[in-house]
Amino acid sequence: MSVLELTVWVSGGAFAAGFLGSLTGLGGGVVIVPLLTLVFGVNIRYAVGASLVSVIATSSGAAAAYVKEGFSNIRIGMFLEIATSAGALFGAWLAGVVSTGAIGITFGVVLLYSAWQSLRQPRDVPCGEQERDRWATRLKMHGSYPSREGPRRYSVRHVPEGFGLMLGAGTLSGLLGIGSGAVKVIAMDQAMGIPFKVSTTTSNFMIGVTAAASAGVYLSRGYVDPGLSMPVMLGVLAGSILGTRVLVAARTRSLRLVFAAVIGVLAVEMIYNSVTGKL
Amino acid sequence: MDRGGQWNDRRMEVIIGNLLRAGVILSATLVAAGAILYLARHGGERVDRGVFRGEPADLRSAGGILRYAFGLSGRGIIQLGLLVLIATPVARVAFSVFAFLREGDRLYVGVTLVVLALLLYSLGVGRL
Repeated sequence: MSVLELTVWVSGGAFAAGFLGSLTGLGGGVVIVPLLTLVFGVNIRYAVGASLVSVIATSSGAAAAYVKEGFSNIRIGMFLEIATSAGALFGAWLAGVVSTGAIGITFGVVLLYSAWQSLRQPRDVPCGEQERDRWATRLKMHGSYPSREGPRRYSVRHVPEGFGLMLGAGTLSGLLGIGSGAVKVIAMDQAMGIPFKVSTTTSNFMIGVTAAASAGVYLSRGYVDPGLSMPVMLGVLAGSILGTRVLVAARTRSLRLVFAAVIGVLAVEMIYNSVTGKL
Repeated sequence: MDRGGQWNDRRMEVIIGNLLRAGVILSATLVAAGAILYLARHGGERVDRGVFRGEPADLRSAGGILRYAFGLSGRGIIQLGLLVLIATPVARVAFSVFAFLREGDRLYVGVTLVVLALLLYSLGVGRL
């Protein structure tokens, strides 16, 4: 395949990934690596490097829109970024020492989990006043968010557990080149009792910083190929911008089902190819 | 958060949102410009990225990337755009240090400095 042909095909695929990723809330990153490795035969290290770059682009691009809504909590985000950045550095280091097969299998398992997770209904487990964590109080994490009946207050619990989960989310992000927004939301929403809307918007803020922490390492190791990252970044960015525009109009459950099925198939193929040594 | 005054979390978030958007627009413009040059010169060549070789040393560090970009190399300009993109969240964290300082929140100045240190370590790790 010539450079021009590859660029056209990859940017088309990346556009579709970014579009579906933002429509379904799963992010484009989860399908970029399987797409590049399984369909285009790209080495997984280049694929992860290109995917990380696109994750920073979508997260930063969406932040301006999210900020207007006033849901994100900058203190929760900043404190947990200590954990995700440290995890991302560890993940990026790990990516250099483990085999591509091991990365492929881990990726497949995370994909299967994301597919299953995307089909569940988000269920808030709000934190009661008496559950308040003294860590959360000292770190000024309790906050409020706008609602129709005026500002609504919320409390935060289980800060050490959330911090631990964020270390894991950061490691996966650095190892696999994904935003791992799903794990971040679980840590904040399920463990720490932060309202779903606050969790998702704060998580988006954190994804860019987390990905930047590992992208620096990838760049200096020579894992970021400009010829490949260019169509991936531009494609995913354009697709996700279009996706957020459409999102308001259509919120279809069937689309989530289709996307989850696609991810499930990619996951199985990823694991199969890793085990048989084809990746 | 009614810390009062001009500097509150809300204003900080709005500035950060705009900063991030500006970084992405600048980066995407550079990447697209580099893409035109790169495709015009190398569009017909064959590629194989199935084998991992790693990028040339000059496309791995800020100094080398700048040298390539100013030499009007398509790949160099794309890589410069990607470097701007990676630096965007770092700039956001650096700005937050300043903003928490203005808010007088010393605890969070500390928290943010730790995050900034981790990011700067990551960007400099190639030279270790």
